Amino acid sequence: MPNDDHKKDHETNNTSSWQSVANDWNADKQSFDMPWGKLMMWIFLLSDTFIFSIFLTSYMSVRMTVTAVWPNPSEVFALTIAGHHIPLVLIAIMTFILITSSGTMAMAVNYAYQGNKQKTVYLMLATALLGASFIGMQAFEWTKLIVEEGIRPWGNPMGANQFGAAFFMITGFHGLHVSAGVIYLTVIAKRVYQGKYDQKGYHIVEITGLYWHFVDLVWVFIFAFFYLW
Amino acid sequence: MKENTKIKTVTSQPKQHPISMYLKVWLLLFVLSACSYMVDYFQFQGVLRWTLILVFMLLKAGLIIMVFMHLAWERTAVKLLLFLPPIAILIFIALMSSEADYVFIGRIISFFNP
Repeated sequence: MPNDDHKKDHETNNTSSWQSVANDWNADKQSFDMPWGKLMMWIFLLSDTFIFSIFLTSYMSVRMTVTAVWPNPSEVFALTIAGHHIPLVLIAIMTFILITSSGTMAMAVNYAYQGNKQKTVYLMLATALLGASFIGMQAFEWTKLIVEEGIRPWGNPMGANQFGAAFFMITGFHGLHVSAGVIYLTVIAKRVYQGKYDQKGYHIVEITGLYWHFVDLVWVFIFAFFYLW
Repeated sequence: MKENTKIKTVTSQPKQHPISMYLKVWLLLFVLSACSYMVDYFQFQGVLRWTLILVFMLLKAGLIIMVFMHLAWERTAVKLLLFLPPIAILIFIALMSSEADYVFIGRIISFFNP
């Protein structure tokens, strides 16, 4: 563990944050005062940010350059429920589910640090369950688009051919992240339940949480740029 | 030194917040999501639509990163680690959008002006 006496002095003196950066990098200690697993997760998420940004940027390029009409997502993703034609309704529900799962995850992290193991496990499992229902809805959405609407990565009846390629690539990659997150959450919840972190501390729950919130974060951007734009 | 052995398990944990804070942020995210859905539901168009989409998106992203991911309580060195590299992405987006404009004009000229 790094010696953070110098840090405490500065924090009590309320030094500028730039001074704290200089201290973190200059002191003879590790620069980032956090468990290595957490730092590695942050760096992984940073690299994942680049991957999703590149997908969204290529989608932007494709959408700006096509001369054909871009299919209207509001219509493509509309559902008719009980005789009412509601635009984007499934996507809206998926958004709310993912946000709710982020909320339960944040609370799981909080309870983990309080040492309340039971609530942590329940909330993590609730998060995983919400994630699984998100994947289920996405599978439903994909099936409807492929079977009923005839959307393919190379073409579709509504307009620009590139619509399918961008859609399946971006939402598919996000769906894979959600699936991986559900497995990750389940495994960690099981290990917390088994008491594997009783000695080590519950940083792992926060690290898992970082991944899960990131998946939610990516969805915010996909929702804005792909479904609403 | 007795203090130091405790540090490992107790004080190296991040600052804790009441559950009510998470519930408030959760509610706020719900409202913001509903707002961004309304942008589509009421079929706002043009600059108004794009501005609203971006504003709601950035507010939601900010809340998730800062509160749920606890970045607001991390040290500045961590914030810099996470916010400086994405500047490259913004530059890339700017480059690609100007490239896309150029390609689009090229396509219009060659596809529709034989």
